[in-house]
Amino acid sequence: MNIIVCVKQVPGTGEVRINKETNTIVRESADAIINPFDEYAIEEGVRIKEKTGGKVTALSMGIPKVADLIRETIAVGVDEAVLLTDRAFAGADTLATSYALAMGIRKLGEFDLVICGKQAIDGDTAQVGPSLAEKLGIPHTAYVRKIEEIRDGYIRCQRLTDDGYEVIEMPLPALITVVKEINEPRLPSIKGKLKAKKAEVRVLSAGDIGADPTLCGLKGSATQVVKTFTPVHEVKAEMIEGTAKEQAKALADKLLSMQFVKRI
Amino acid sequence: MNYFLTEEQEMIKELAARIADEKIAPIAAEYDREGKFPHEIIGYLAQADLCGVYIEEKYGGLGGGVFEMALVVEELSRACGGIALAFAGTGLGTYPIILFGNEEQKQKYLPDIASGKKLAAFALTEADAGSDAAGIRTTAVLDGDHYVLNGTKQWITNGGEADVYTVIACTDKEKGARGFSAFIVEKDTPGFTFGKKEDKMGIRASSTRELIFNDCRIPKENLLGKEGMGFIVAMKTLDRTRPGVAAQALGIATGAFNAALRYSRERHQFGQPISSFQAIQHMLADMAIQIEAARALVYQTCRYIDSGAKNFSKESAMAKVMASDTAMKVTIDAIQIMGGYGYMKEYPVEKMMRDAKITQIYEGTNQIQRNVIALELIKELSSKK
Repeated sequence: MNIIVCVKQVPGTGEVRINKETNTIVRESADAIINPFDEYAIEEGVRIKEKTGGKVTALSMGIPKVADLIRETIAVGVDEAVLLTDRAFAGADTLATSYALAMGIRKLGEFDLVICGKQAIDGDTAQVGPSLAEKLGIPHTAYVRKIEEIRDGYIRCQRLTDDGYEVIEMPLPALITVVKEINEPRLPSIKGKLKAKKAEVRVLSAGDIGADPTLCGLKGSATQVVKTFTPVHEVKAEMIEGTAKEQAKALADKLLSMQFVKRI
Repeated sequence: MNYFLTEEQEMIKELAARIADEKIAPIAAEYDREGKFPHEIIGYLAQADLCGVYIEEKYGGLGGGVFEMALVVEELSRACGGIALAFAGTGLGTYPIILFGNEEQKQKYLPDIASGKKLAAFALTEADAGSDAAGIRTTAVLDGDHYVLNGTKQWITNGGEADVYTVIACTDKEKGARGFSAFIVEKDTPGFTFGKKEDKMGIRASSTRELIFNDCRIPKENLLGKEGMGFIVAMKTLDRTRPGVAAQALGIATGAFNAALRYSRERHQFGQPISSFQAIQHMLADMAIQIEAARALVYQTCRYIDSGAKNFSKESAMAKVMASDTAMKVTIDAIQIMGGYGYMKEYPVEKMMRDAKITQIYEGTNQIQRNVIALELIKELSSKK
């Protein structure tokens, strides 16, 4: 089975910096990690491969430095790491990102399953997975918590819902996004790390994947971030003091004056 | 301090540290309280290829030596010295096979230990044979194709949990220490049972039990080296594993120091963090000096051993004494810095103090180690004359 896992670089635990002109995240900061939800996607891809045979490819779009990060996926069982990198991709929103990823996947050739983390911990939109499936013209299921069965041309999985789960069948090729309940990602092994160190990351530009530059990056983005800020939640509390009787009266007066209650 | 580790050693340290922080630290208090054996941690070590860091590549290991073993033990011990012992105790049980095993014995036992499928244990101590190993009463008598073992071993780390035991027994009472031999005994061999699990002060996640041999018949192929070599097997093994105990002590000390340092920044008294008081600063500085000095000695001893040195009893003993005495002092001071909180089980340092104590006692008490060091010093001097 040919599996493609989409992986995103996100800022680590350090402070996230925003570019004040474009209002996008500064990705050159030293402290970068693989999006934690993508780790579950990688693990699930590797587990399927271990059962059915085949190949797992990790695919990312990002700055050249991301190559070092996705190389590490080889230490946990990924066979090949591919990075889409080009100035044309810079400033992409979810629409332009899914376009570039779709073009990259087409370039890679035949596949059975695309796996994404349910969302990235920086943007938190959870849009790229489903949007990528649309661009590829394949069915998708988001929030998968378990794959019940997977074989040639068929997948049956459990989709996590607010009050339980749904069982969904799809023909392959298809795309799933996974939640953290699906597995426990393995630790890298020393032998795997040594292999990853030597591994070559395949780097593809917009031209290499035949992407239309007007559909990529900032130009290809349908949304623009006007402002980013951390909302301030202010709660004003007033302490009512006195004996229980005094407090009860003060509270009742307050509620009456604010017209939350009516005297009848 | 930069110890100029190789790239592979850095990877080993980094992965062991990750297991310590992500997998061991969250469960350390519970395993200490309940005395639970850390089977799932062995699973993680196996996943990361760490179980066989000190085993040759042709037997499925990573081909490292005492240093690689020590790096793993140190990192794991930062989170829990008891849990680290499942790994370190296996090293102690495996070294006799690495050093004295023949090709068949190595083929048979090392790959499963390297992959983490099996754990090992080393059995020397008895009720009347501790520092004075010559007091061993367990006997092994050749009967046809088998040796028949009788006797009881005491306080055996990984007892009951390990699959492979290297056991020192007496094959010739007349010859004293030269009458001892080393054997490999597999768990579930008829006549081989376990006594009660000891209720210990510290390293409570480690299993410490009696091994009871009652007409236990083992194939004569399980003899390690030759008859009469048991004492040499034990001494050569312990010379190589003492840096492991030192590393365990180092890890415990580091864990306690880190906790105390962090706490000193968070705890405010008289309107300022207690780290701003010179009394605390000097304690922290002294702790850091001792830990770094011990680490330098332990690492260099490991490198000396792995370089192929012939006699390193003195260095090995020095590393063990220095690191374990440091661990005891540092853990006590860590509690002092943390005051009442340090004394409470809610915080990890009181456990670290309990765990540290054993490192001054086992694999040769620090008093015996000082004897070894002094004896070597005298030998060195007289050989120069």
